[in-house]
Amino acid sequence: MSTDQSTKTRADAEPILSVENLRTAFYTDKEVIRAVDGVSFDIYRGETVGIVGESGSGKSVTARSIMRLIDSPGRIENGRIMFDGEDLIEKSPKQMRSIRGGSIAMVFQDPLTSLNPVYTVGNQIKEALRLHRGLSGSKATQEAIELLEAVGIPDANRRLREYPHQFSGGMRQRAVIAMALACDPELLICDEPTTALDVTIQAQILELLEELQEERDLAIMFITHDMGVIAEIADRVNVMYAGEIIENAPVVELFESPKHPYTQGLLNSIPGQGLGEDDRLSTIEGDVPTPNEDPTYCRFAPRCPKAFDQCDVVHPKPMSVGSDDTEHLAACLLYPEDISTDEAVAIHRDGNTQRGDN
Amino acid sequence: MSTTTTEEEEAVTRETQETLLEVNDLKTYYEDGGFLSSNPVKAVDGVSFDIKRGETLGLVGESGCGKSTLGRTLMRLEEATAGEVKLNGTDITTLSGADLKQFRRDVQMVFQDPDSSLNERMTVGEIVREPLDVHEWKTPKERRQRVRDLLETVGLQEQHYYRYPHQFSGGQRQRIGIARALALEPDFIILDEPVSALDVSVQAKILNLLEDLQEEFGLTYLFIAHDLAVVRHICDRVAVMYLGNIMEIGPSDEMFEAPANPYTHALLSSIPEPDPTTARDRITLRGTPPSPRDPPAGCPFSTRCPVKIRPDEYRSLDDDVWQRIEVFREVLRERSRVEPSISDRVRELLGRETHESGMDEILEELFGNLDVPNTVMEHINEAAEYAENDDEEAGRTYLREEFGSVCDRERPSQLGVGDQGRLSLCHRHEDEYDEPATVFESLVH
Repeated sequence: MSTDQSTKTRADAEPILSVENLRTAFYTDKEVIRAVDGVSFDIYRGETVGIVGESGSGKSVTARSIMRLIDSPGRIENGRIMFDGEDLIEKSPKQMRSIRGGSIAMVFQDPLTSLNPVYTVGNQIKEALRLHRGLSGSKATQEAIELLEAVGIPDANRRLREYPHQFSGGMRQRAVIAMALACDPELLICDEPTTALDVTIQAQILELLEELQEERDLAIMFITHDMGVIAEIADRVNVMYAGEIIENAPVVELFESPKHPYTQGLLNSIPGQGLGEDDRLSTIEGDVPTPNEDPTYCRFAPRCPKAFDQCDVVHPKPMSVGSDDTEHLAACLLYPEDISTDEAVAIHRDGNTQRGDN
Repeated sequence: MSTTTTEEEEAVTRETQETLLEVNDLKTYYEDGGFLSSNPVKAVDGVSFDIKRGETLGLVGESGCGKSTLGRTLMRLEEATAGEVKLNGTDITTLSGADLKQFRRDVQMVFQDPDSSLNERMTVGEIVREPLDVHEWKTPKERRQRVRDLLETVGLQEQHYYRYPHQFSGGQRQRIGIARALALEPDFIILDEPVSALDVSVQAKILNLLEDLQEEFGLTYLFIAHDLAVVRHICDRVAVMYLGNIMEIGPSDEMFEAPANPYTHALLSSIPEPDPTTARDRITLRGTPPSPRDPPAGCPFSTRCPVKIRPDEYRSLDDDVWQRIEVFREVLRERSRVEPSISDRVRELLGRETHESGMDEILEELFGNLDVPNTVMEHINEAAEYAENDDEEAGRTYLREEFGSVCDRERPSQLGVGDQGRLSLCHRHEDEYDEPATVFESLVH
């Protein structure tokens, strides 16, 4: 899982998933909430792309938009989701059904709610095998046993006949992963898959995901709020804030030299990292805003220690942090850092007018 | 990084500090007694520790290890089965009536989930005032003023008095919970995962607030958490719990830098570091903790311990083979725990599917691709035969007798490690065995 490898695959391949300018909004009586607002990123085969952010930053809505699991009052308003060369937004509900759980699978945070309590685990895995691969009877059973063994559940034959409540938390998450793998997906979306688990179990699951990725050349999109988990599993990281991706970088670079003031603040508020004066944890003032209007300004500006006048009138767009570094993007008026701030602001402003034409 | 001299000074001052809370061999069992439940859940199974005035003791462990039950027992929200809890020298497990009510003023609790620990139908003012009303603190007017002061103390505003909890964010709700805990000027506050439900940036603010309050009011904290980075930041000393036992207890810096107990070691190594460049020599633990209804006879951690002491004759056995034997023991333990379902029984009666086939497959899966010495395989087959005949219990006993060691047979005692009064529950601290750290070293390299 080294970065060298990831840049290599990135250079000579097509992304398996490419999200372009995605906007998903929720319509309430009071306001329109742009939970995801103009998000773009790519995922390549065999790499893990992490999405981090605090609650309400739009991580999960991004994942659900890709799976087309947005229900009213939510709506995907804009953008393209290119998967294997086809736009998922244009798929019919029926086509989407065969993609979900087929070539894109998803693992959710709480394994107990994603398993049906009244069916045995075997039953649920076999259901996926029957729907997507047409297997039934003893063939399906054999395949299900192999899947459970692949995710490290011992005594799989007997475990198939047990119900979810008879599994421990970690075992349940393993079973959910087995189910997701049933149809040999190309992309696995993991939405906080270890948040509900203890650290020792979390370590087991992360190890399992890494093994599976290596074996099957899986692309993984990994959503979490835990910076430690991201550092460990991701090759590339997208940091989300109020519906926007504000920084995108290879994992080592993000942790070594975070560029966006929000990322810097986030990393500093982790206990055991950079302590402020007299051993106190540094904090970010204020709360995460609700993105409910067209961004004509920087949404982080009210909390930003480095904010200046222009931040309230110019919306920053993701841009290389330095002109020779195309891998590291930040949406902040301070970048690119090798030109003067005035010039940088001008570039961001012109970018905005272009975007307004869409 | 403090120097050794200041650490020594700290250790000396700890000696002279006044002990606020003293817990001796405390046990809390659920479903204890009665004719039908002879097999209670041993949530807290004999723990002893003390907390000095003004100190913060961290209590960490995986879910189900008994840390919350311990906290609740100290609050008298659960009845202790045995042992004593002394607050300022008085045993509180037997208090009743007026004494109990007075005790409840001195000890308060802040809960994990700020959504469910605040009554949605009461205003913030009423919530914070409730303890004052219950204990008839001064006059109603003075109570209202006290609530206003408290709101300010925890970083909220006076005008929040008439608002409802749903109008606040998670961090602010937790501040309301803290204000309520402070209302009666307690000596001792139990913080049960107070920041687990919060985002890191909010979490940092609450942790700073807790530290400020401790300094201002001279509070003593028991900080229950599973996030070890948070615990290291805020606690003076840490107790690590596993399956109802304290595995290791001691000063937090020393413990985080050089964990003595195998469980602490594994737990610390499984925390993902927010630094992608760290070299990882992680010890990933197998399986899950055993049921507290049926804890292992010897060391509580013996079923998962990566550095368990082996019997002499198997000391040179291949590590992989040894690990598979442990997995096999776990399979049998799992099997004996699960009652066969009715459909299983019917299937068996009809002769459609027997356990026999299952056993063969398991043995094949576990040992098939390994080079297992014949003597070892004979013992395994013997145990598998018991299991095939539906007597998993006999199979387990057989394996325990053959492959078990002092770790499976005897409960270890807490032995001193380091020079700052740290205690660790492990047989390996006895002189005749290698220290856990040494064995871990050889495992990683």
